[in-house]
Order: sequence, then structure tokens, then C-alpha cells
Amino acid sequence: MKNNPIIKQTSFLLIPVILLFGLYVQFHGDYGPGGGFQAGVIFASGLILYALIEGQAKAEQVFSMRLARILAASGLLLYAGVGVASMFLGANFLDYNVLAHDPLHGQHWGIFWVELGVGLTVTSVMLSIFYAFTHFK
Amino acid sequence: MEDFIIIFLLSLLTITAVAIIFMRNMLSVIMLGSIYSLLSAVIFVVLDAVDVAFTEAAVGAGISSVLFLSAFAVTGKRQVLKQKNKLIALITVSLTAAALLYATSDMPYVGDPNSPAQTHVASRYIEQSGSEIGIPNIVTSVLASYRGFDTLGEVAVVFTAMIAVLLLLLRREEDQEIDREK
Repeated sequence: MKNNPIIKQTSFLLIPVILLFGLYVQFHGDYGPGGGFQAGVIFASGLILYALIEGQAKAEQVFSMRLARILAASGLLLYAGVGVASMFLGANFLDYNVLAHDPLHGQHWGIFWVELGVGLTVTSVMLSIFYAFTHFK
Repeated sequence: MEDFIIIFLLSLLTITAVAIIFMRNMLSVIMLGSIYSLLSAVIFVVLDAVDVAFTEAAVGAGISSVLFLSAFAVTGKRQVLKQKNKLIALITVSLTAAALLYATSDMPYVGDPNSPAQTHVASRYIEQSGSEIGIPNIVTSVLASYRGFDTLGEVAVVFTAMIAVLLLLLRREEDQEIDREK
């Protein structure tokens, strides 16, 4: 597959579009279909396509296994952190109303950070599992 | 027209499922599984569940096929058939199918306004989420705000799955040597 020029060139055209689409789905989830889960999977599939075309070693220069593990944990921490932050501001766990001056803005911020946490974790988890399989001999 | 489309898609699903049963080459099974997911995604679109369709297309047709492929790179591509206990397998499958068919007779019709899914909190989400959360996509409001605690649990599940896979597959060199000595 690595030596097929058609697959290689087509993928190089597609990878930036896939990554951009992943970001769009991530940050447009409030208005259209999508959100952190879908965006994470789409972003990861772009990176996995790169790993399939260019080989594991080059992919790990872009997004190393270590980075994937750190981001997976920090995404979950970010999500739980939003909950703790709303607790410190005097509301229930994960009640976003208090995160900004008016409740609607607070909801917006809360959803933004929470979805970002989901996206980070899902991207990194998908990549880590893929890396683990390809490393396994 | 919509009924016709759904019946057509559901029959394609059945054909794909039957084809998977008769396949022995795992590569074809993965590809057919991916097609199965894409067909279900189309059905979700027809049912107006675009968020679910999106997830099904990305996870079912995309990532899981890649993960299966990389798993078969480790295990081998052909299914090894064991011929014994065919009767027990047949009885188990028939009983399960009968139980499922019996259970579907109790299910509400699609879009029934009196079904439990519509009468409980759904109306509150549809009527109030605009003024309470303020974003147009109700699915996102439910997922990230009303049911934020559930979603936190889901993310934790995804994270735990990663830890489990890494623990199983990325063993340290010393452990592998101990295994070899055994």
C-alpha cells in the first residue's frame, strides 16, 4: 500500500481535509450534528491514514504514543475539571450556569470545554489503540 | 416513500448479514461489516437521527474496521472452523432470535407520541432547551449539559478501554522473556 502512488497522492490530498473536517465537527457541534465523540474519531482517522501511508515511525513524529497517552488523560481531566470548577463557583457538579455572568453564556462555555475534553480523549484513545496493535508483534 | 426506502435498506442489511455468515475470509468480513455500518447510518439519517448516523458512520464504518484490520495483522486472516457442537449453537441462536422477536411485539411504533421515550423528559428538552441552554442542537444540549454526568462516564469508559488495551498489548520486554521461558 505504501508503494502505490495513486493511494499515496490521494491520501495526501485527503488528510488535510479530514483533519479540518474533524476540527469543524468539534467546534460546530453546538449548531450542527456532531460533537466531541465524532470529531475525535474523524481526527484520529486522518492521523491513522497518515500512519498507514507513511509508516508508523513518521506518524509517531507527528503524534507520539506518549503525547497520545498524556492527551487522553488530560481530556478526561478537563471534563471533570469543568465539573469541579462549577462546584467551586457554588453550583452542582457539571452545572455550567455559574461559569459565566449569565447562565446561557455559562452553558456555552461549559459545553465548549466539555466537548473539547471529549474530543481530546477520543482522538488519543483511538490513536493509542491503533499504535498498540501495530507495535504488537 | 419513506417506508419503501427503509424496507429497501433493511433488506440490504439482511443480505449483508447473511453474506457475513458465509464468508470465511476475514478481510471480506471486515469490509462487509463496514458496509453494514454504513447502511445502518443511512437508516438513521432517514429516521432523522443525524447525530447517531454520524457516529455510526465514523465509528462503525471507519475506525472499527481499521482496528479489526490491525488486529488481524496479529492473529491471521482466515477463520478456523470447528465442526463440533453445531446443534447446540443452532438451538442457542434460534432461542435468542425467538426471544428477540417476541420482545419486539411489545415495542412502541416508531414515532408513537405515547411511547415512554416521548412522554418522559423529551418534551421538556424540546420546549425548554432553547431558553435554558441556548444552543440550536438539542442533541448536544442533552449530551453535554442535561446528561453531562453520563457523558463524563462514557469518556471514562473510553479512557479505561485504552488502558486495558495498552496493558494487554504493550507488555514490557522482561514480561515477554518470562513468558518465553514458561
